[in-house]
Parts: sequence; C-alpha cells; structure tokens
Amino acid sequence: MKDTTPIAKTASRRPKPAARGGRPRRRKLTFDRVTFFLAFLGVPLAIFVIFVLIPFGEAIFWGMTDWRGFSPDYNFVGFDNFTKMFQDDVFLKALRNVALLAVFVPLVTLTLALGVAVAITLGGPSKGPVRGIRGASFYRIVSFFPYVVPAIIVGLIWAQMYDPNAGLLNGVLTGLGLDRFDTFAWLGEKATAMPSVMFVIVWGLVGFYAVLFIAAIKGVPAELYEAARIDGAGRLRTTVSITLPAIRDSVQTAYIYLGIAALDAFVYVQAMVPNGGPDNSTLTISQRLFNVAFAKQQFGYATAMGVVLAVVTLVFAALVFLVNRLTGGGEGESKRKAPGARARRAAAKGGAG
Amino acid sequence: MSVVAADRKTASDREPAKDRKLTRVAAGGDRRFAAISHALLILWSVIVIVPMLWVLMSSFKSTGEILSSPFSLPDHWRIENYANAWTDASIGKYFLNSVIVVVSALILVMLLGAMCAYILARFEFPGRRLIYYVMLAGLTFPVFLAIVPLFFQLQNFGLLNTRLGLILTYVAFALPFTMFFLYAFFRSLPHDVYEAALIDGAGDWRAFFQVMLPMARPGMAAVAIFNFLGLWNQFLLPVALNTDQDKWVLTQGMAAYASSQVYDIDYGALFAAIVITVVPVLIVYCVFQRRIAGSVSQGTFR
Repeated sequence: MKDTTPIAKTASRRPKPAARGGRPRRRKLTFDRVTFFLAFLGVPLAIFVIFVLIPFGEAIFWGMTDWRGFSPDYNFVGFDNFTKMFQDDVFLKALRNVALLAVFVPLVTLTLALGVAVAITLGGPSKGPVRGIRGASFYRIVSFFPYVVPAIIVGLIWAQMYDPNAGLLNGVLTGLGLDRFDTFAWLGEKATAMPSVMFVIVWGLVGFYAVLFIAAIKGVPAELYEAARIDGAGRLRTTVSITLPAIRDSVQTAYIYLGIAALDAFVYVQAMVPNGGPDNSTLTISQRLFNVAFAKQQFGYATAMGVVLAVVTLVFAALVFLVNRLTGGGEGESKRKAPGARARRAAAKGGAG
Repeated sequence: MSVVAADRKTASDREPAKDRKLTRVAAGGDRRFAAISHALLILWSVIVIVPMLWVLMSSFKSTGEILSSPFSLPDHWRIENYANAWTDASIGKYFLNSVIVVVSALILVMLLGAMCAYILARFEFPGRRLIYYVMLAGLTFPVFLAIVPLFFQLQNFGLLNTRLGLILTYVAFALPFTMFFLYAFFRSLPHDVYEAALIDGAGDWRAFFQVMLPMARPGMAAVAIFNFLGLWNQFLLPVALNTDQDKWVLTQGMAAYASSQVYDIDYGALFAAIVITVVPVLIVYCVFQRRIAGSVSQGTFR
C-alpha cells in the first residue's frame, strides 16, 4: 500500500522520465523502516555498549582510584596504582612471565602449525598438479582435536600428565631408563614449570592454526606452484618463495591473536598451577589481577593491572604489524581485500573471547 | 592408530614407485620428503592422541593401578568411576547449565549479530563507520580489562550470579566476532534479489527474514560453530560472574572438582569426569569436522 503512494504522487506531478532513474534505494522514513533500524541496530548495540563498552571505559577511570568495591567511597589517586604496580615484585614477575609467553608461544605454535600445514598440503608427489599427502584428512582431523577440547580440560589433562607420581610423562621417561624423572615435578621445579605450561598452550592451539594455514595455502593459485616447478624450484624454494609470502597476512593475524591468547593464558595456568608455580615462575598478570580483585577486593588496583595488560596487548599487536611492514609485507594487498582480511582476523580469533 | 598410520605409510611408499621410470632423482626426493612429512605428522598425532587415550584408559582404573602401572590396561574395568564422577562432581547439573546458557546465548548472538551485520553491510547512514570501528576495538581489547567493572555492572542490574546475566555477557562479547564474520558475508550477497523482494512488496523486515537471512545460511553455520566452541569453552566470564554453585557451568564445575581432588585423590573418578566432559564435544566435532575445516577456510577467504 504505502509503496504505491510515492509513485502516485510523482505520477501526478508528471516528472521528466530522467528524474526517476538512478536512485536504487528510497530514503523515505516509513514506520516500518524506523522500527527496523531501531530493532536491528539498537538492540545489539545496547547490549554491546552496556556489557562491553561501558566496562572498558569504566576500567580506565577506576584504574586511577583506590576503590575497594563494596563501599561507595573512593579517592582519585591518579597514577599511584601504576607506580605501585611497578614497584610490586610479584607483578613485575608476572609481567616478565607474560612477556615470555607472548614471545615463545606464538613462535613455537606457528612454526609447528606451518610445518604441519606444509607437510599436509605439499607433501604429495612433486609431479603433475599439486597434491596433498596421503592421509591428509586423517592428520588434519587429529591435529585439530585439542582445539575442540575445552581449554580448562586441556589444562587438567596435562596437569595429570605432568603429575610426579601418577603422570604418564614420568612413566614414559622412567620406562626409557631415565630414572631421575621417577618423581620429577614438572610443574613444581622452577626451571621446567614455565616451559611445561607453554608446551600445553602450544599443544592446544597448533591444530587450529594448522587448519587455518592449510586453507590459506590451498587458496594460493595452483598455477603459481606449477610454474615454479617447471622453472625447477625445489620444495624448500617453493615454500620460502611462494607459500610464505602468499600466506603472510594470515601469519600476521595468527601471530597477533596467539599473542593475545598467550598474554591471557588464564585458563591454562589456573588448571595447572593455580598458585602461580614455584617462586611465582608461572604467575600471569591475569591470575594476579583476578586474585587482587576477587580475593583481596582491591578493585581499583586490579583494574589498573587490566589497563596495563591492555596496553601490553596493543603494543604487542603494533610490534607485529611493524615487523611485518618493515620486512616488506602487508598494506597494498590488505587494502585490496579489506573486508576479507577483517573476517579472517575474526576467524583467527576463533570464537568468543 | 599405529595400524592406520603404518597402512598409510606403505601406501605412500608405493606411490612414487610408479613414477620411478620417469626421473629417478625426483621420485627419490619425493619419497624422502613424503617420509619426513609422515614422520613429523605421525609424531605430532601421537603427541596429540596418547594423552587422550591415557585419560580414557585411566578412567577405568583404580587410583592404585594408575600409580603403579600407568601403561597397562585396567585389570578390572571400573565403570563405577563414572558413577562416582557423575554424582561427586555433579556433572549432570553443570552440563545442563552449560547447555542452557550456551544455547540461549548462541541463538541470541546469531540473531543479533546477523541483524547488526546486515544493517552495517547494506545501508549507508551517518555513524556507520564509527560503529564498525568501535566494534573492532571490542574484538581487540582483552576481556580482563573489563572484568571488574563488568562484575559491578551486572550487580547494578541485579544480574550477577544469574543465568540471564551470563547469557547477556556471552552475547555481548561474542557479538563483534559474529558481526565481522557476517558483515563480509552480507556484503557479498547479490543486490538484485533484495531489490526484487522490495519490488514484490516486502518491507525491510520481511526482506531480511525471508530473503537475506536464508541466503546467509552457510555463513551463519560457520560462525555458529565457532561461537559454540568459544562459548562452551568459556572459563573466565563464568568464574568471575557466576559464583553460585547451583548455576555453575561445566568448565567451572570441572575446575572446582579437580582442585577438590588435591586433598582426597580419586584419580579414576577425575579421569572419568574428564572423559564425560570431552566425549560429547568430540562427537560433535567428528560429525561436523568437514564443516569446521570449511568454516576456517571460509573465514580466511571471503
């Protein structure tokens, strides 16, 4: 009904035929359209603003107060929380641990994931069209397994694997004749606690990134590989000269999100070493924040730690971008397919939070 | 596992043999590369599978057996471990809570995310880019920055320790991811179908629900799978915002059960609890694994 009115009106005014064309969308604000916009944009945005945006904003303010939660009183203390934090040995230790995680976890995970992806996609015979290795889907399914197991369960499984007495790891090692591992406490020794935690995070994440890279490599036009083969390039050469540059943006995105995951690491450490490990050697900022907030009720101080964690995260992301740019990647290509790149970024994060 | 692997290995060894007549050198290189690849992949598969098999096997043993003989099969398959885990760890209750919270949040976030993505992708209006970038920021900042204010935000609304509060929080934090994924998808949908719907007299509402949303189904499926995994595995949000034990979700319940085991260890029951938690997800994964791999590539190459 209402759709016919504008036509009736214009018809009565007898416009020149040219004036009618060329406008694909009517901008008329009908009741239908107003409610449509309100519902479609308003409801999701309201939830997002209330539960994400406002808390993020408040965090920055509260980080500068000495608020302790259940009383309404607080003082504005400016940057005192931050100076206190950087004199707090436990926090500094956590910061150092988290930096280690952010360096090694993405590096090892991506190396392994790339190794798996290259082996699966390019492991086939080098004659004819590019083929995957035999049993590719078997390997792909298996390596993705840990990703679907809840992270807390991954942590619990490995906490048992590492158990000094009942754990399988020591069982295997003593079985191989290495008696000194009879009751070795992997998570209880300062030297091994952190590497052990890192290994578990890597174990849980490799499969996802391998599948991501497999998809990226399959997206490389096959002619590129065939042309390189005809030109006599070997496997190493094709990997270095074709595969890596082609999936560079995927690697960058993966690096950033792995870094973010490693900077958090809360689930894994809570499952394996909830007390922060020997001499706090596996304590993370997230754990420290959680205890300071919900056990000690120092909400202002805890939020300030959240701010530092956010800054560290952003600095990390900026560093990865910078390194990628300096070594000649990115930009030109990422502009061309901006929406895809964003969706890929979203996919690399692999779900909510 | 090892049988399958060995089988595949011989198959791969046979393959280059056919090519040998052509160029001996290249085939040799192929075979060596394939062998190295297989060795690497098998090693990684073993590292992945062995812990899981060990957990499965140990879930049928007594604590004594686990301590004394970690490798051997159980003397007597103790099904009662599962009964103990089910009652001691209240897994049934937590499982149900997880299902309620995750399914509600999933339906809500898919609907709201699709709506939001649709508006941002297909309409020009002032503030569109601003909304887009604010959402992007929501995707990048760590949840830990928001966790304390979020706690009090929920308290102010009377939503702390309620399922509704947890559902809304899940929705809010999964929304940016859902939106970005579907944004790309809605952008790629053809315009003329939409125009045709309008000409046929459909309003904006009908055009979305009857024409555009059904066309976006493959994209929706892909995001839904990721969101399901992400929300099902969520740990921090429930631990901080949902402390009422009757409403605990599975991840919380498992963490608490494991830490309660420090004082009175019943390894068998703990392993059984882990198996009960993991098996449903693994089954879902095996059923949908092709689709999941497809989803990852879709996210990569849209």
